[in-house]
Amino acid sequence: MSQPKTKKETEDLLELYRQMLLIRRFEEASAKAYSMGKIGGFCHLYIGQEAVGVGAISALEQKDYIVSTYRDHGHALARGLEPKALMAELFGKKTGIVSGNGGSMHFFDKSKNFMGGHGIVGGHISLAAGIAYASKYRGDGAVTLCFFGEGAANIGSFHEGMNLAAIWKLPLVMICENNHYAMGTPEYRALSVKDVSVRAVAYDIARDHIEGDEVRKVREHVRVAVERARRGEGPTLMEISTYRFRGHSMSDPAKYRTKEELEKYKQGDPLIKAEKDLLAAGWAQEELTKMDEIILKTVEESVDFAEKSEEPPLGWLYKHVYAENV
Amino acid sequence: MAVLTYREALNRAMTEEMEKDPNIFLMGEEVGHYEGAYKVSQGMLAKFGERRVIDTPISENGFAGVGIGAAMVGLRPIIEFMTWNFSLVAIDQIINSAAKMNYMSAGQFPIPIVFRGAGGAGGRLAAQHSQSFESWYAHIPGLKVLAPYTPSDAYGLLKTSIRDNNPTIFIESEVLYGSKGEVPEGEFLIPMGKSDIKREGTQLTIISWSRALMYVLPAAEKLAKEGISVEVLDLRSIRPLDEEGILASVRKTNKALIVEEGWNVAGFGAQVAYLIQKEAFDYLDSPIERITQEDVPMPYAANLEKSSLPSEEKIIKKVREMIK
Ligand SMILES: Cc1ncc(C[n+]2csc(CCOP(=O)(O)OP(=O)(O)O)c2C)c(N)n1
Repeated sequence: MSQPKTKKETEDLLELYRQMLLIRRFEEASAKAYSMGKIGGFCHLYIGQEAVGVGAISALEQKDYIVSTYRDHGHALARGLEPKALMAELFGKKTGIVSGNGGSMHFFDKSKNFMGGHGIVGGHISLAAGIAYASKYRGDGAVTLCFFGEGAANIGSFHEGMNLAAIWKLPLVMICENNHYAMGTPEYRALSVKDVSVRAVAYDIARDHIEGDEVRKVREHVRVAVERARRGEGPTLMEISTYRFRGHSMSDPAKYRTKEELEKYKQGDPLIKAEKDLLAAGWAQEELTKMDEIILKTVEESVDFAEKSEEPPLGWLYKHVYAENV
Repeated sequence: MAVLTYREALNRAMTEEMEKDPNIFLMGEEVGHYEGAYKVSQGMLAKFGERRVIDTPISENGFAGVGIGAAMVGLRPIIEFMTWNFSLVAIDQIINSAAKMNYMSAGQFPIPIVFRGAGGAGGRLAAQHSQSFESWYAHIPGLKVLAPYTPSDAYGLLKTSIRDNNPTIFIESEVLYGSKGEVPEGEFLIPMGKSDIKREGTQLTIISWSRALMYVLPAAEKLAKEGISVEVLDLRSIRPLDEEGILASVRKTNKALIVEEGWNVAGFGAQVAYLIQKEAFDYLDSPIERITQEDVPMPYAANLEKSSLPSEEKIIKKVREMIK
């Protein structure tokens, strides 16, 4: 994609860059907190994939829905969920986005139509189809965006969800974030195809495939799919090629890939790309540095907030096992 | 009072609820044009149309998930499994999504959904089509599990399930669909967690539910002729469990026999037995006993199938031993 030309385009890129940088800094801080033992469980970082989440989510309206995986920090931040509440959730505190019930893999925010991080690979795909189904049932005009990894494209739920979405023409956009590894399994050892989106052909739905290193390009492509869904023309299966710079989770040293490979992909770091474009469009380096400082402060504050927050009271153990019948 | 079949009672419950609430829809394999594999949804497509009575492809995991997703945003799906045997390919969605969503989201996303369909053993359907899963689902916090025996209970409990804001596992008995019973006129609800004394007695309590009562009730009748007075408690609701009702009956009769169609190991009856020994130990005049399905996959041969299930004879024999 070409560099931003007008002031408006530049400011737009600046905002997307800000969101990506927030994710990056937030996750660097969570990695640090994790190594200090402040965060428990699994912690799957999104570092390297920021352009996908930010670009895709920026193509949505507020009424649209997002369904995410266990790698949900980036999607949540891109949707505007409160960094403090997210960090507090990672710390397992009462003030967390789901009051310490979920942790890293289970962010939910009803007020933002953020329909959760889900821990079973691919299981959330049919949930997304169900949310899209409800939109069609009610005619509310909302579109559901579902993220998943290429590893999930081999599970039954993916195929069932796609078929159901296809036969019912659901307003669903399925985004496969292909970061080329499912844990330690490279795609060529697990996928029968090189590009997940070709599986759309089998379900007779629209498809798209792009590189996910440029945030505005991602948005442009996702927007096409979102509009198609909104017009009632059914689901789209997209593959957005990307790369995670860290291991699968914090406990994974990622020995299954070479340093050279990692370095090669780091050349395509979506943040560096966006930064270069901003500088070329005449934005001053100091402005960007200042922005980074503000973000770092926000992140620091969220860590501080998480740290100082109380743990959930023990009396909450049984809270929310069942919903009240009112 | 009208006499309805179990199937008609379920149909009436769903139809009445759907007439009241446009958020409710019925989804499953063959529920629409075919009117249900067991004809439970007879006439419903004609009444509500394809928008609300939805035929799905064979993809239990997929449409269970679709139901749960739809429930996340406020619809109230009734998902029919043709039989509970096929729910196993959807069990990930039921346990990992439906049962836990409200908890994981700290109450943001209750899942008001009913999973229902035919369950239980029998009919010479052999190992994969003839099994009871109450104990499996009862194991999971976040789920409610119901297994009605009479048409009237089926009606009242299904309506309660549809109105409940939690995922409900509603296990119908495929051999009971044609059974008839009186169902009071007008609308009524039966609360979950309330057992029902299907027969009063003084010397021993049989705790049972669903199709197993088909053996228990005639056995109790025969025992009465021998002068043995058996109380029969129908749990109806497995989770929540009517602990008070169970304990009150056992404290009265001082003996307890649990009869279930499912397997023995880790079966739900073990949980009931634990409850009784813990809370009513001093009232017991003999060890708590259980009759369950034999510890084997269901055989096809008629004689073997019969011998693997609880039966009138087994119950009578056991009660006689316990009364001695
Ligand atoms: C059904 C299931 N099987 C296995 C796992 C363990 N697991 C968690 S993430 C993962 C890899 C998934 O890779 P992919 O879908 O490509 O997503 P990515 O992690 O690359 O974002 C595995 C095997 C799981 N959570 N669920």
